[in-house]
Amino acid sequence: MGELKLMKGNEAIAEAAIRAGVDAYFGYPITPQSEVIEYLMAEQPEERTGMVVLQAESELAAINMVYGAAAAGKKVFTSSSSPGISLYQEGISYIAGAELPCVIANVVRGGPGLGTIQPSQADYFQSTKGGGHGDYKLYVLAPASVQEMADFIQLGFDIAYKYRNPVMIQSDGMIGQMMEKVELADQRPRWTDEEIKQMHDSWAAFGKGDHRERNIITSLDLDSAKQEKHNHHLQAKYRRMEEEEVLFEEINCEDAEYLIVAYGSSARISMKSIDLARAKGIKAGLFRPITLYPFPMKQLNAYVGKVKGILSVEMSAGQLIEDIKLAVECNVPVKHFGRYGGMIHSPEEVLTALENLIKGE
Amino acid sequence: MTEEIIIAGFGGQGVLSMGKILAYSGIMQNQEVSWMPSYGPEMRGGTANVTVIVSDDRISSPVLNFYDTAIILNQQSMDKFEKTVKPGGLLLYDPNGIIHHPQRKDIKIFKIEAAKLSAEMGNTKIFNMVVLGAYLKLKPIVKLENVIRGLKKSIPERYHKLIPMNESALTKGMENPVEVFLN
Repeated sequence: MGELKLMKGNEAIAEAAIRAGVDAYFGYPITPQSEVIEYLMAEQPEERTGMVVLQAESELAAINMVYGAAAAGKKVFTSSSSPGISLYQEGISYIAGAELPCVIANVVRGGPGLGTIQPSQADYFQSTKGGGHGDYKLYVLAPASVQEMADFIQLGFDIAYKYRNPVMIQSDGMIGQMMEKVELADQRPRWTDEEIKQMHDSWAAFGKGDHRERNIITSLDLDSAKQEKHNHHLQAKYRRMEEEEVLFEEINCEDAEYLIVAYGSSARISMKSIDLARAKGIKAGLFRPITLYPFPMKQLNAYVGKVKGILSVEMSAGQLIEDIKLAVECNVPVKHFGRYGGMIHSPEEVLTALENLIKGE
Repeated sequence: MTEEIIIAGFGGQGVLSMGKILAYSGIMQNQEVSWMPSYGPEMRGGTANVTVIVSDDRISSPVLNFYDTAIILNQQSMDKFEKTVKPGGLLLYDPNGIIHHPQRKDIKIFKIEAAKLSAEMGNTKIFNMVVLGAYLKLKPIVKLENVIRGLKKSIPERYHKLIPMNESALTKGMENPVEVFLN
C-alpha cells in the first residue's frame, strides 16, 4: 500500500505529477485551482526529481511552453480554471494538430466570462467538442474523488503517449478544494535523455544527430490534400480511442428502472440521491462516465429497453444531456437537472428531480 | 457506520483545522473521510464552516443539507444550521455569545463551555480541541489515540511540542459536555 494522506484534490494532482516523473509544469494562478501551483512551488520538486515548475507571465505563455517542452519529448503538465483554459484553446488546438502528448487539468468554475469562483461543470462542451478550432479531440477524464485526481495523472500520461494526444482532466472547484484520503503512488524516475531518444526518436525534436532526417513539429500544411490525409489519420486515432479507451462506472444499475447519468462531483452528489431513492423504494441506478470523450455510447445504449427514464445531472444548463441522447438514440426519455453559475445541487434536489421524471413532469 | 457532521463558527476559531484533525483521525483507523469547506465569499465575510464525513464505506456526496451532528460555535451558525440536524441527531454548541438558544425537541442538545474552559487553561487557541473532546465524548467515532496520531499528521513537526497541551484540552472537553433539556 502506498502512502496515505489527507489532501485537497488540487494538492493531490500536484503531488501525483511529481511522482509520475513529470519533467515540467507551466501555469498561471487562478481560483479555484491555485493550490496546484502553490503546492508545487512549496514542494520544490526540482530538488526531489529535477522537475521544472514555472509561473509563466500569462496563460498564453504557459500553454506555448507546454507545446515547446512536449515537442522536445518531455513530460509536461499544466493546470488552470475555466477562463484560463479558454485562453489555452489556441495552443491546445496546435498541440492536438501537431500530435503532442501532454496533460492539462481544468478545475472548472462557474461561467460564462469571469463568472464566479465556485464549482461548475459548464466546460463540458469546451472539453469534449473541441474548445479550439479544427477537427480534434482531447481524451477527457472526469475524476469524482481526490484519489482519482491523483490516479488520473499517470493514466493521463499513459494515454497521452500511447496516442500522442493531449489529455484533459476535467475537475471542478469542489473536487479541487475538498480533502479526502488519498493513497499516493511511489515515485517514478523522470525519463533520462537516453530513454527519451529511444522512445520518441520517430517524432520528438531533441537534436537529430546523424542517423535520421530532422523531425518537424508543426500543425501547418498548406497542401490541402496532405492536410486532409493528416485529418484522416487523426480521425482514425480518435475512432481507436472510442473503441479501446472508454471508462465508466455503474452503481446499483443491475435492477434499475431509472438511471441518473452524472460525472465528477455531480456523480458523487447523485450517489447519495440514489441511496435516498432506494430507501423510498425507487429502483434507481447511477451511470458515471469517467471518460467524457470518448463517451460510453455503447455502454449506455445497452440500457435501452431496460430503463424507463434517464436523468442527466450536471452543474451546467444541458450539455451532458446531448451525449446521453445521442447514446440512447432518443429511445429513452431523458430529462435534465442541474444548478449552475457556481451553485451546487443537493442530494435532495436531485431526488426531487428524479421523482418528477418518474411522475412524467 | 457513517457520521455526517457540520462544524460552523467564526473564521479563526479553528473550525477548519478541527475538521481536518477529525478527518485525519478517521484515516488513522482505516475509515473513509471527506472534508468539504465553505469557501469563497463566505470565507471573507467572517463565518467558516466545514462538512466532515467519517464512514466505514465509500462516501457519496461530500456536500449535504442534513447532518447527524452539528457543532455550532456562533449565533449566525445557530440560525443557519439548527434546522439541518436530522431528527434524533446531535447539536453541540458553545453558549458563549449565543443569544437565541436552540429550541428543537426532536434532537439531543449539549453545551460545551469551550471558550471559558480554554481561557481558564490559559490558552484560547486550544478552544477547538475542547470542543472536539466534548464531541468525541458524545460520539466516540474515533479513539483518542487516533486523534493524537491525526494531530501529529495534520500539524507541522515544529509544533509537535504543543501536542500534550492539545491532549489535555481534548480531555477537558470530554469531561464537560452538559445536556440541555427543553421543557
